Amino acid sequence: MSTSLHHVPSPAQRARDAYRQRQTVLSVLVAAASTAAVGTLLAVAVTGAPGWERVRQTFLDPEIAREALPRVLTGLWLNVRLLVFCAVAALLLGLLIAILRTLRGPIFFPIRALAASYTYVFRGLPLIIVLYVLTLGTPGLRLQGMPSVLVLGGAALVLTYSGYLAEVFRAGIESVHPSQLAAARSLGLTYRQTVRHVVLPQAVRRVAPPLLNDIVALQKDVGLVALAGPIDAVRAAQIATAQTFNYTPYIVAGVLFVLLAIPLIAVTDRVTLRAARRQSGG
Amino acid sequence: MDALLRCRGLRKEFGGQVVLDGLDLTVAEHQVVALIGASGSGKSTLLRCVNLLEELHDGTIELDGEEISAPGVDSDWVRRRIGLVFQSYNLFPHLSVLDNVTLAPRRVHRRPRAEAEAHARELLDRVGLADKADAYPDRLSGGQQQRVAIVRALANSPRLLLLDEVTSALDPELVGEVLTMIRDLKADGMTMLLATHEMAFARDVADQVCFLDAGRVVEAGPPEQVFAAPTQPRTRQFLARIIEAGRL
Ligand SMILES: Nc1ncnc2c1ncn2[C@@H]1O[C@H](COP(=O)(O)OP(=O)(O)O)[C@@H](O)[C@H]1O
Ligand SMILES: [Mg+2]
Repeated sequence: MSTSLHHVPSPAQRARDAYRQRQTVLSVLVAAASTAAVGTLLAVAVTGAPGWERVRQTFLDPEIAREALPRVLTGLWLNVRLLVFCAVAALLLGLLIAILRTLRGPIFFPIRALAASYTYVFRGLPLIIVLYVLTLGTPGLRLQGMPSVLVLGGAALVLTYSGYLAEVFRAGIESVHPSQLAAARSLGLTYRQTVRHVVLPQAVRRVAPPLLNDIVALQKDVGLVALAGPIDAVRAAQIATAQTFNYTPYIVAGVLFVLLAIPLIAVTDRVTLRAARRQSGG
Repeated sequence: MDALLRCRGLRKEFGGQVVLDGLDLTVAEHQVVALIGASGSGKSTLLRCVNLLEELHDGTIELDGEEISAPGVDSDWVRRRIGLVFQSYNLFPHLSVLDNVTLAPRRVHRRPRAEAEAHARELLDRVGLADKADAYPDRLSGGQQQRVAIVRALANSPRLLLLDEVTSALDPELVGEVLTMIRDLKADGMTMLLATHEMAFARDVADQVCFLDAGRVVEAGPPEQVFAAPTQPRTRQFLARIIEAGRL
């Protein structure tokens, strides 16, 4: 209804507006009714199942949930700190490696080759193996000033994820059309200035959605450091479960993880949507 | 008149295909030289070579009597004195009009932001784009984008402006505004080398017309001579085709 302030809609337009409004109300009602029907069916099917009472006691005990919550939250705080540190470090390292891979000229051949091997190795290696090698293997060297297991675990996450992120960044860099480089160079910008002011800003904008998607994945994988000892949310839930012989703490941890992920996923969705809209020229 | 640009024996190949084949060309200061010729005759390649965006396979290019094609010459420094405007505008989509125009003055010439922006606004104002300074390129019409691209090249205060079919991507009703801008630049004394399909425009604005064929300048002269009394059979053939297409 893009009518200006002084425009009086014709009877035809008024009829159209009224019709559209009725349609909107109708579709909201239909959506609500069908959601209610599906929800009821699901609830009846689950709660009516023969084993429902047992499952409810072992997975959804409110008392146990209340008891486990503080410990699981403490563990989750570790996840959050690790996530923030690892995400920032992996993004920076990934960007650096992607830039190194695009350097031209024979002098940079060894650097290019090293950067390429890096992405091959760390995308190929299972995260668990990197984690075990760093957290269990390197302390065995008994070097002076060896960092804590937590830092080593974080390093393993950064190494693996920067391998993925580097490839996403590289795809973005390569998606910038050569005519953009020609335009920048024709203005007298050096290669470095061109990369810094013309290529990277466009590349990063274009790959923001897949980058954020990898960060969402990282959010779940930070919990793997628990394999080396530190107590994260899942490990805290596991300990609580072992003490009570009840699985409810896992459900608590799962719910908290989803709650934690929602803001990040929402941001990713919005960025993706905006990128899609920009691409379609809107 | 002093030669501002002098190309001698330029040769350029793409994978064995000879695109420039011993091409000679001179552009005097304050002169406008139009390059005409069939698609694929090497006009764009010539302009890119002059801007040192392509590696030469033979020949020399002099700007202001100094060989810019010599080994070891800082090509970034050369490009700062030669502006190039592309057929497809190539504005930077992530930067506003003002930032497009001030990028080189600020990063290349290290001008303070305020000074670069004041100069850019003045240039934009002169071509009637002052109100678009904060807009992004995708909000502009093709004609406006191309005028911004020309302003962006001018912000470097180049000695020579290269224009590669700057109106070919435009809707017919937008061609005029860009051509008017080029006419104004000529009036200001800007030296220009331009490839064009607009024969009427070439006849009107150029001091010298060069007909390119198979990587050489086959015929060169004042427009009235090249268009009215071409001496070379290839030029006559080309012009006959153009007339047939109703473009002269
Ligand atoms: N980067 C390139 N790689 C391979 N061939 C090219 C390249 N650029 C131009 N050519 C070829 O060079 C010839 C001349 O092209 P161009 O200079 O664009 O002609 P014009 O601008 O006169 O239409 C064409 O045959 C084209 O296919
Ligand atoms: Mg061309």
